[in-house]
Amino acid sequence: MYAQLVKSSGKGVKSLEEMDPQERAFQQRIDAGDKIEPKDWMPDGYRKNLIRQIGQHAHSEIVGQLPEGNWITRAPTLERKAILLAKVQDEAGHGLYLYCAAETLGVTRDELFEMLNNGKMKYSSIFNYPTLTWADMGAVGWLVDGAAIMNQVPLQRTSYGPYARAMIRICKEESFHQRQGFDIMMKMANGSEAQKKMAQDALNRFWFPSLMMFGPSDKESVHSAQSMAWKIKMNTNDELRQKFVDQTAPQAEYLGLTVPDETLRWNEEKGGYDFAEPDWNEFFDVIKGNGPCNTDRLNARRKAWDEGAWVREAMLAHAEKKRAAKLAAE
Amino acid sequence: MPDALFEYLLRLGDNTLVLGHRISEWCGKAPILEEDIALANTALDLMGQTQLWLGLAAEVESKGRSADDLAFLRDVWDFRNVLMVERPNGDFGHTIMRQFLFDAFHLPLLDGLQNSSDQRVAEIAEKSVKEASYHLERSADTVIALGDGTEESHRRMQSALDLLWPFSGEMFLTDAVDDALLVSGIAPDLSQIKPIWSKTVEKTLREATLTTPEDDFAHSGGKTGRQHTEDLGHMLAQMQWLQRAYPGASW
Ligand SMILES: [Fe+2]
Ligand SMILES: [Fe+2]
Repeated sequence: MYAQLVKSSGKGVKSLEEMDPQERAFQQRIDAGDKIEPKDWMPDGYRKNLIRQIGQHAHSEIVGQLPEGNWITRAPTLERKAILLAKVQDEAGHGLYLYCAAETLGVTRDELFEMLNNGKMKYSSIFNYPTLTWADMGAVGWLVDGAAIMNQVPLQRTSYGPYARAMIRICKEESFHQRQGFDIMMKMANGSEAQKKMAQDALNRFWFPSLMMFGPSDKESVHSAQSMAWKIKMNTNDELRQKFVDQTAPQAEYLGLTVPDETLRWNEEKGGYDFAEPDWNEFFDVIKGNGPCNTDRLNARRKAWDEGAWVREAMLAHAEKKRAAKLAAE
Repeated sequence: MPDALFEYLLRLGDNTLVLGHRISEWCGKAPILEEDIALANTALDLMGQTQLWLGLAAEVESKGRSADDLAFLRDVWDFRNVLMVERPNGDFGHTIMRQFLFDAFHLPLLDGLQNSSDQRVAEIAEKSVKEASYHLERSADTVIALGDGTEESHRRMQSALDLLWPFSGEMFLTDAVDDALLVSGIAPDLSQIKPIWSKTVEKTLREATLTTPEDDFAHSGGKTGRQHTEDLGHMLAQMQWLQRAYPGASW
């Protein structure tokens, strides 16, 4: 999802007996549903893993501004423009909460930005797909924010306090985004022939990339098992993907749109939909940097960072001068 | 002048529409995350004010046009914003300097409009004045920080000021529309807004260690619609594209 393929450093989950006393006490707190706070002792692996996961999540929020920012200047009405602006502003706010949560683990926001810019840290694969028509603003809100919610609602119960609290604030806003996206889709799906075509085309292009947001199956993954034991991951990727399809397929039907998957059908026995897996080769290509927009997205972030350097330096210098002047006056 | 109020409302609404659009171009690209959020916030406020001003303009015109029709279906010559707000963003410093020069005018203007003899105008001004006051506080602080900050930031801010200065005078040029609204008590006297603006600008620029340009030449033609810059056409080509390409569609 927003944090896909986060690899833990551990080599499989230790049993309580294998742990040293400090680690055991830590695991027991997690098992009991306690929140871990920044000043508490935590295993190195837990800290590293969380930094990677929260960082990836934060980067996804701010890179995620770009595909939607792409349509702010072309929004078709004043109201749509305002709604989209507010949404993209929310995403920047989510980035901010998450960077702050990551900072409590001993990494700075600047360090995280550096790692994003030099490719050491990733962001969600979904933002490497282009937004080509106005209907994409609907599809992104409906599907991408929808998938984000699937993942983030359980993370409100994650073991790390600052992360859990950031998730609670974020989830409220994400559900607005999803409704607004769905509302755009409704307008388009019930609009002119051209609008219907845009809506169907947007669903065609965003369906499988949205399913990829949950990451490949991790039933067998030792990394996921460790993250789940630490409660920084609450469900398997497949569980979340299934939930997402179960929620979304009827919505597509309601819109009168066709999900681009001929195998999609309700399975009474399992109480959920059967559906086709996305093309995981494409997913790994995107993760490796070969998605349609990887280069553009990263370059946009790097350009903003580089061109903003003088501003950041000036603000620091000014704050420094003010502090010195204040000291001299005392 | 029967259309004076309509013209005047277009001036108010087009200023906020065009500047809000320019600011929204920064989305996701600001130098600092907090600035990204603040710029989006300013753009959002300005878009909200646009909806109100152009909504009232449409009502006053009473030809069945909506605020959206006015925003998305007028051509360049029908826009009534001052030239300064349609100027391209340039670097972050240029964007902030433009914002500051506008905010320093916008706040006393809205403040005066709160006492408008037209109740509808007064209500919109009252809603907008808090936002404008916050915008000015922020843009003035940022101008000071960047003017004072480093050698490079000082140089950039001075050059932004020098570039924008000839565009600032238009905000205070008056014509028959302003006169008519002043007489009817709908709008405040621009000649009384000017000294308030000058005071804010001088104080802020001094703190920012920047030099106020001496030449008071003023480009004009935006608020009367006589002659916009080439930039506005490009902005409208983008902003109005969907409405123009799919006429009559509902979004
Ligand atoms: Fe978000
Ligand atoms: Fe969102």
